[in-house]
Amino acid sequence: MRLGHAAAAVMAVCLSAGPVWADEVVKFALIDPMSGSFAATGRLGEQHFRFAMDRINESGAAGPGRKFDLVVLDNEVSPEKSLVLLRKAIDDGVHYITQGNGSSVAFALTDAIAKNNKRDPARSAMFLNYAAVDPALTNAKCNWWHFRFDADSDMKMRAMSSYILTRKDLHKVYVFNQDYSFGQSVERGAKEMLTGKRDDLQIVGAERVPLGKVKDFTPYIQKMQAAGADAVVTGNWGADLALLVKAANDSGFKGTFFTYYLGSTEVITEVGQAGRGDAQISEWHANVDSAPIEEMAAAFEAKYHQAFYYWRVVNMLDMTAAAMKQANSSDPEKVGKVLAGMNFHNPLGDVSMRADNHQLLQPMFISVLEPGVKHVFPEVNMGFRTIGRIEPDQTRMATTCSLANPS
Amino acid sequence: MEQGLLVVLNGLVYGLLLFMLSSGLTLIVGMMGVLNLAHASFYMLGAYLAYSISTVVGFWPALVLAPLAVGVIGALVERYGLRPVHRHGHVAELLFTFGLAFVIGEIVPLIWGRLPVPYRVPAVLDVPLFALAGTAYPAYRLFMMLISLAMFCALFAALAKTRLGLVVRAALTHPDMVAMLGHDVPRVFTLVFGAGCALAGLAGVIAGNAFTTEPGMARSLGAIVFAVVVMGGLGSLSGALVASLLIGLVQTVSIGLDLPFYKALSALGITVDVGGRLHDLWLLSVNRAAPVVPYLLLVLVLATRPRGLLGSRSA
Amino acid sequence: MKRWAPWIAAAFAALLLPHLFASGFGLSLLNRMGIAIVFALSFNMLLGQGGMLDFGHAIMLGFGGFLAMHAMRLAGLGWFIPTPLLPLVGAAGGLASALLTGWIATRRDRTAFAMITLGLAELVVAVVLMFPSVFGGEEGINGDRSDGPAILGFDFGSQMQVYHVVAVWTWISALLMWRTTLTPLGRLANAVRDNPERVGFLGYDPARVRFRVYVLSGLFAGIAGGLQAINDEIMTSGNIGSEASGAVLLMTFIGGIGTFWGPILGAVLIVLLQVALGTLTDAWQLYSGLLFVAMVVWAPGGLAGILLAHAPVMRAGRLGQLVGHYLRLIPGFALALAGVAGLSELAFRLEAIRGGASTGRIMGLAIDATAAWPWLVAAVLFLAGAALLNRTFPQARAAWQAAAQ
Repeated sequence: MRLGHAAAAVMAVCLSAGPVWADEVVKFALIDPMSGSFAATGRLGEQHFRFAMDRINESGAAGPGRKFDLVVLDNEVSPEKSLVLLRKAIDDGVHYITQGNGSSVAFALTDAIAKNNKRDPARSAMFLNYAAVDPALTNAKCNWWHFRFDADSDMKMRAMSSYILTRKDLHKVYVFNQDYSFGQSVERGAKEMLTGKRDDLQIVGAERVPLGKVKDFTPYIQKMQAAGADAVVTGNWGADLALLVKAANDSGFKGTFFTYYLGSTEVITEVGQAGRGDAQISEWHANVDSAPIEEMAAAFEAKYHQAFYYWRVVNMLDMTAAAMKQANSSDPEKVGKVLAGMNFHNPLGDVSMRADNHQLLQPMFISVLEPGVKHVFPEVNMGFRTIGRIEPDQTRMATTCSLANPS
Repeated sequence: MEQGLLVVLNGLVYGLLLFMLSSGLTLIVGMMGVLNLAHASFYMLGAYLAYSISTVVGFWPALVLAPLAVGVIGALVERYGLRPVHRHGHVAELLFTFGLAFVIGEIVPLIWGRLPVPYRVPAVLDVPLFALAGTAYPAYRLFMMLISLAMFCALFAALAKTRLGLVVRAALTHPDMVAMLGHDVPRVFTLVFGAGCALAGLAGVIAGNAFTTEPGMARSLGAIVFAVVVMGGLGSLSGALVASLLIGLVQTVSIGLDLPFYKALSALGITVDVGGRLHDLWLLSVNRAAPVVPYLLLVLVLATRPRGLLGSRSA
Repeated sequence: MKRWAPWIAAAFAALLLPHLFASGFGLSLLNRMGIAIVFALSFNMLLGQGGMLDFGHAIMLGFGGFLAMHAMRLAGLGWFIPTPLLPLVGAAGGLASALLTGWIATRRDRTAFAMITLGLAELVVAVVLMFPSVFGGEEGINGDRSDGPAILGFDFGSQMQVYHVVAVWTWISALLMWRTTLTPLGRLANAVRDNPERVGFLGYDPARVRFRVYVLSGLFAGIAGGLQAINDEIMTSGNIGSEASGAVLLMTFIGGIGTFWGPILGAVLIVLLQVALGTLTDAWQLYSGLLFVAMVVWAPGGLAGILLAHAPVMRAGRLGQLVGHYLRLIPGFALALAGVAGLSELAFRLEAIRGGASTGRIMGLAIDATAAWPWLVAAVLFLAGAALLNRTFPQARAAWQAAAQ
């Protein structure tokens, strides 16, 4: 027995003293920020993974005797730390990697996973992306092992911009983002899809700030006020959105925020009583009419004392479990072959995983935050009301990617 | 015009906050020659302690108690940590404070968690004070300014009028002479270190709820404070004030200037090839380049004019 | 011949190690150790040999790494750049950045030098983020190490092949750095560290000596950067920042700055702590921080200093006298350590529970951190250990002093 193996074995026993031996345990490594500015966002994700896995393990949806287990690794949204953690996860025998916060991290991971799988096929890993939405991940930089379960930023922007264009009361739009690939793609998308579409609507400012560095957004809000902006389009997430909205409240900003990520708990608590009619584009919100998900959300809240947010995490793991069951294996290549092109029925309708670029097509919802709806956030006594549902096929965009199954 | 006034107000708030941090560090550096790398960690401790205390007895008692607690912690650190290291020289002291900053940075999330804590502005002050150019100005910002100014006056009065202040001022310029005159310099060191930390703590108390109280707050401010202290001149309080306000204003004013260099150059009659090899540089705007200014000044001042802007002693 | 014995032994050990730790985990560990060793040794050229406390050492590693990464990408475009030679490109990058930053920083010494490097560290990170087309912004830049031309059928994709590249370069770099300490420049650096005025009187410019040592150190840090580029296949602004610089300071000082081999000890220990302990507990950073502070206060010579203090005792053949005393220290140390570890693990666990994790396990044991008794037990363990040490430590110290006489 080699020393390294012995050490690894001892470690493995220490780590996994819990599960029953007869079952097959499929480990998922969640590589996301668990400390630093975006810790709240990462923790929220972790809770949803635990919740979704408990459901699958109870129902046996992944196949007889097959259980899911979560390994949480803190990357502090740093690409190079993520790669060290990825190496560790693969060395520990994890075949399923999942991540969502930061397209910068996703680029590093998808690239490293593709290389790893080419060099060491026996330890292939699959990348389940639940929230990194830079379009390039399913276009120029796509690879077969990456599957995305959230709509990409262009898909979201197309829906959002078509709604903004119908709002005749809006004339001056300010585009505000984080300065990395995702923020840049939101800015580019917003400029493309809003410029020159309506004579009385113009973009009065576009700005990007360093990711997670700004603690006081007041000066930026004052710039927006000086520009006379009545709408702000932002892809900011986590603390960068919470603090932006907080500064807007403090300075009495009257414009409406059009966001991707308004619904997460830490952001909602900062929205305050302002009632600006802020909007978001998402794949789900608490007032989407669906009894099974409402039940799920209630169970989640009872357990974690947080509002249910990542419906797509549940959907992602449900689809992965179904694919495993169908493939009758937890080998990522076999599971991936089922997932690519898979049609799946969930409580919101039929969703499908595109075979050409591994982008999930699912219904999307535009909603606004206002009082007097069925499910409200108790912190602000407001909730989201759907004002538009976009069907999966309407979100399909052209792709430069064409994936073929690995030999 | 009104817009400009707002920008200046923001710059002043930030600058005075920087001064509250840098004044404490200036005293410490001036007297003991120790660049306390953990100074911003005491700022963080101030914010967290104020949060914990305010959940029990409210914000106003916390405003007094938290800085005092931070001061006591600082004095203990000096007495039982820094003093034994002193005999190994300044580099060892620097290493000690570096390690201390590291350890505090790890212990804080242990106690208060890795997520930001909900430390809030008291309801009385959580109102708009007046409106300028369509922008509401929060009352709490004015309160921050007032506290900073009050602290500033109290500090100057203490240094100018009290006997201890006299000793401290003397020790800033002539430490050996003060020791020879029979003053218990180590005890004064402990007091000054504690007081400096308490000032940092106070800054944390009033800034923690205006911005966010989270484990990374020390790191993001630490280096700026060194820049201020070094630029102002080691040991010069008035220098620290000037440098604080300068950096505060530069940082805030520059946010408003998203003017790329190539446009600035073309205004001067110079046209550049924006698509060329140096396009990063030409497209770089003033507000993106501004964060570099304090560090650039820090390095240049140290390398060329070690006495800083108004200082009399060199590093 | 005797002087070369450790190097020959190290070469054999390097050949043997990958067969003992052939798992992916073991190889990752060894690769990171090799890189850390080169980096820490280059850091100690400044701190230990030249008396320069560099808070921005990762700048040189970073520039080396970025340049090597660009070379790796060129190899992907068909240039003939063999992967094993990338550390040479890294060395050039480290050297170039050292010429620039060293020109500013080495004009001053001691505290002023340290503060300048602190400012440089912040400055460089801010500048790096401003030039995304060179440094890749938040994403950094990545490459594929197997893109280079294959040599004797090796494409350097697998970890085992990377290990051999790292091992060879670590061995060469360490040997060269050791030889440097014996050159006139190395001796002059020691003199500048101990008494710059006298060096000045002897007709040497201390600032110039510092500059030369700094540039040489930058070259080796650049090699470490090149190795890191090969191992990680990504370089980001995080590799350049103050956090990376702080990490190398920690490992070098814990290992011991007074000897050539101290930093090697520190690099191996910290990487082990980070990787091995990192899978068992989240608290490893706290542990290394506490260890560092303890070293600064009680053992400024680091681990190597502690070991070295026993050399005279060993030569006198009196090591036996100490064994009994040292054995008596163990229970106190063990108790205190268990107490500290228990308290911080409980705190970490409690924090995780508040964050929504399940009650989970602490080092494999089912302990409920929300209950009071584990905290009491840990506190009692710590206090008992401290009390024991308070009695046994002075005795051990006295015994050592007696033996070292």
